[in-house]
Amino acid sequence: MNRISRLMLGIGLALLTTVGVIAQDEPTTLTVLTHDSFNISEDVLAAFQEETGIEVEILRGGDAGQIVNQSILTAGNPLADVLYGVDNTFLSRALDAEIFLPYESSALETVDPRFLTEDVDSVTPVDYGDVCINYDVAYFEENELDLPSSLADLADPQYNGLLVVENPATSSPGLAFLAATVAEFGEEGDYTYLDYWTELVENGVLITDGWSDAYYANFTAASEDGTYPMVVSYASSPPVTYDEEIGAATTESIVADGMCFRQIEYVGILDGTDNLEAAQQFVDFMLSEAFQADLPLQMYVFPVVEDVELPELFADYAQIPENPVVVDPADIEENREAWIQAWTETVLR
Amino acid sequence: MNTIWRWGRYGLFALPLLFFGLFYVYPVATIFDISFRPDGVLDLSGFVSIATSAYYRDTLVFTVYQATLSTFFTILLVLPGAYVFVHYKFPGRSLLLSLSTLPFVLPTVVVATAFLALVGPRGLLNTALMNWFNLETPPIALQQTLTLILIVHVFYNYSVALRIIVAYWSSISSRIEDAASVLGASNWQLWWKIRLPLLRSAIFAAALLVFIFTFTSFGVVLILGGIRFATLEVQIYYQTVNLLNLPTAAALSLVQIFIMLLAMLYYARLQRQIATNQTVVPIKPKKAKTWRTRLLVGVNLFVMLALLLMPLLALVIRSLWIDGAISFEYYTLLGENVRNSILFVPPSHAIANSIAFGLMTTLMAVILGTLLAYIIGDRLLPARVGRFIDPLIMLPLATSAVTLGLGFILALDESPLNLRTSWVLVPIAHSLVATPFVTRSVLPAMRQIPPSLPEAAQVLGASPLRIWRRIELPLLSRSLVVGATFAFAISLGEFGASVFVARPDTPTMPLIIYRLLGQPGTTNYGQALAMSVILLLVCLASFLLIERFRDVGVGEF
Repeated sequence: MNRISRLMLGIGLALLTTVGVIAQDEPTTLTVLTHDSFNISEDVLAAFQEETGIEVEILRGGDAGQIVNQSILTAGNPLADVLYGVDNTFLSRALDAEIFLPYESSALETVDPRFLTEDVDSVTPVDYGDVCINYDVAYFEENELDLPSSLADLADPQYNGLLVVENPATSSPGLAFLAATVAEFGEEGDYTYLDYWTELVENGVLITDGWSDAYYANFTAASEDGTYPMVVSYASSPPVTYDEEIGAATTESIVADGMCFRQIEYVGILDGTDNLEAAQQFVDFMLSEAFQADLPLQMYVFPVVEDVELPELFADYAQIPENPVVVDPADIEENREAWIQAWTETVLR
Repeated sequence: MNTIWRWGRYGLFALPLLFFGLFYVYPVATIFDISFRPDGVLDLSGFVSIATSAYYRDTLVFTVYQATLSTFFTILLVLPGAYVFVHYKFPGRSLLLSLSTLPFVLPTVVVATAFLALVGPRGLLNTALMNWFNLETPPIALQQTLTLILIVHVFYNYSVALRIIVAYWSSISSRIEDAASVLGASNWQLWWKIRLPLLRSAIFAAALLVFIFTFTSFGVVLILGGIRFATLEVQIYYQTVNLLNLPTAAALSLVQIFIMLLAMLYYARLQRQIATNQTVVPIKPKKAKTWRTRLLVGVNLFVMLALLLMPLLALVIRSLWIDGAISFEYYTLLGENVRNSILFVPPSHAIANSIAFGLMTTLMAVILGTLLAYIIGDRLLPARVGRFIDPLIMLPLATSAVTLGLGFILALDESPLNLRTSWVLVPIAHSLVATPFVTRSVLPAMRQIPPSLPEAAQVLGASPLRIWRRIELPLLSRSLVVGATFAFAISLGEFGASVFVARPDTPTMPLIIYRLLGQPGTTNYGQALAMSVILLLVCLASFLLIERFRDVGVGEF
């Protein structure tokens, strides 16, 4: 055999060996499948690992929809022990596929009762965030514009060409906003959500594919190139726009009744896990004071546990809507396709 | 000795086939099986739903339409550029060739940002034009138009086409062209009768890749096209991720693969028709002396710079320009873990990860791609086998990344191949996409080698290995470098399925850019731009290094 073929064989064998070594599981490790924006302070995670002796491995599998799909397709032989990051727009799909093992954490009693639905026997609420319109404070002041006080106001000519919205087919805040308009205007009657969207389009709404593009390329307060002073974003985004020179945040959220959509994120233990006890400990940990207090600054979401102290920036600049839109997860799962299809046809026309 | 050589050879050739079988055919077959036989019963409702829907038909028509236009404009712009690169020497020639490949590695979000900074309503160009001509409204309105999609497709694919055509053009004989010139052929005749026919195989190779890339375009169409334009690839993503409608997604995937396969079959047939039997006297680039040739070189360089470098420059400016002054704040912030979070990665780690994956990908792709070129190139195996394999190896390029990603998770789920959550999948996924690049750029050059050369060496008693090292490898080196450059770029740009695979934290530069862009706050955005510029610099340095390797290394391999 000549040198080159030996070399090739060597490389092939080396590759397979590496692969074999890496593929072996270590029993003391708890694997958590989550979305790409999962984040936590180093010391908070380290404290958990030290206290329990559990090594935590984080797997990132894309966005909320993708990690739910991956878990459903690998049901019974899961990628991880715990799935964190299922939100209420995908919850129903996950529950229907019965991918979770039942578990009710004793820490659930500290959770704000508003988040305790009948599903808490298999998934545990961890955090929530509200999809709201963010606006450029300076723009509204300079142009002496009043804030819209309802979704209907956005179709008013004075807001012509001022709003950028994400595509519900490709973006989770986009879908949340669409669901809010469905809840507000309904699907039947003289004036449906589709009539509303027709008016929004006539009023120069810009549709982008995702949050980053809407926020960073088109929103006046976040982009030098932007020309739209209102963007569908999160109620938790404004604290991060705090400007030391003016001593305030450059953006605020519009939190009027019916204008925000509440997203709730859940954690569940995947059926097929070999580390049930460790997984339960991790779920408890996610409801602990340390983890809950860490949420706002790391993931820009709010704790579901009552009386957890918010960081100063959040206490000062993140408004929490009093009456956000809440839609039944089963409704969303059932209608997602129909809504998006009708929406696409309306907005395209 | 001869038997060992033969068996060793078969073993070698089995390697790429094994790789493709295991990491492409098996995962894709698994996902299709689950999609079309969800409960063990054949369910073809996906095909019915796409066949009866005008919406999917429109999507298909648009996909073909935009890909055809993109390919046409790319080739149209590349040809004169390639001519200049092959025929003329000018300062910064090799630097420019490297620079032209940079767009290829950039994440789409960053490219969209760069173009908005350049031609958006408040971009550099519009602001300048409004000032010069006292205009009230921005004269350039490209946002969410097909024109912008086409421009960005040319921006992305220019270098693919340029490199393939230049590499091939440089390795073909200049004699015919010289002879035609001497015999009094006009410039027009030279192009039409000599150059285009000679270059046909390279032009088709380039056009095919551009067509495949733009046909399966995902991010560009999604971000720049708004919702009015959608390609099949976007539909597959939507059906899979949002609706988990696997039958429809798989049916759309198959339609896409089928169309791509037709394109590849057609291409492979064309390539075989081209006779290759010339003594190689490569064209030597010379200095542009007359004012006409200088103008030609100048205009071409200007077009390249305007198209490829201005958006990149806009990006660099944005990353350095804070509140009306030059500042490195965004760059220094990259190295600080302000929020004490587990997501934090020092930029040096991200760079190291990216380069490590890039090297693994390049190594695998160059070995596998060259072996495949030999299998296809009629040299060592029966021609029929090669003809059969030829179009198939391009399939990973035609397969939706979501489909492949799910296929990995579903197929590679049992020992000893339980790789679904391993980082190894990252270089493997990259190699699947990169290997056809190597093969495609090596094949034309390989067909160009006159069989008389190795035959002569054999008669003179050289061993097959020696023939390969001394004769074939040096003749292939230029194309190999092109292939390697793209393999590396593909990996660095974080293409395809690896993004859709759940994996532990081995953050690369593009991943950090995505992460930063997913969070609100001006500094996050600035840092994303800064990271993009670092990505560009790392790529540029690597490309220049690879080029250098060609000049000094391979000759004495």
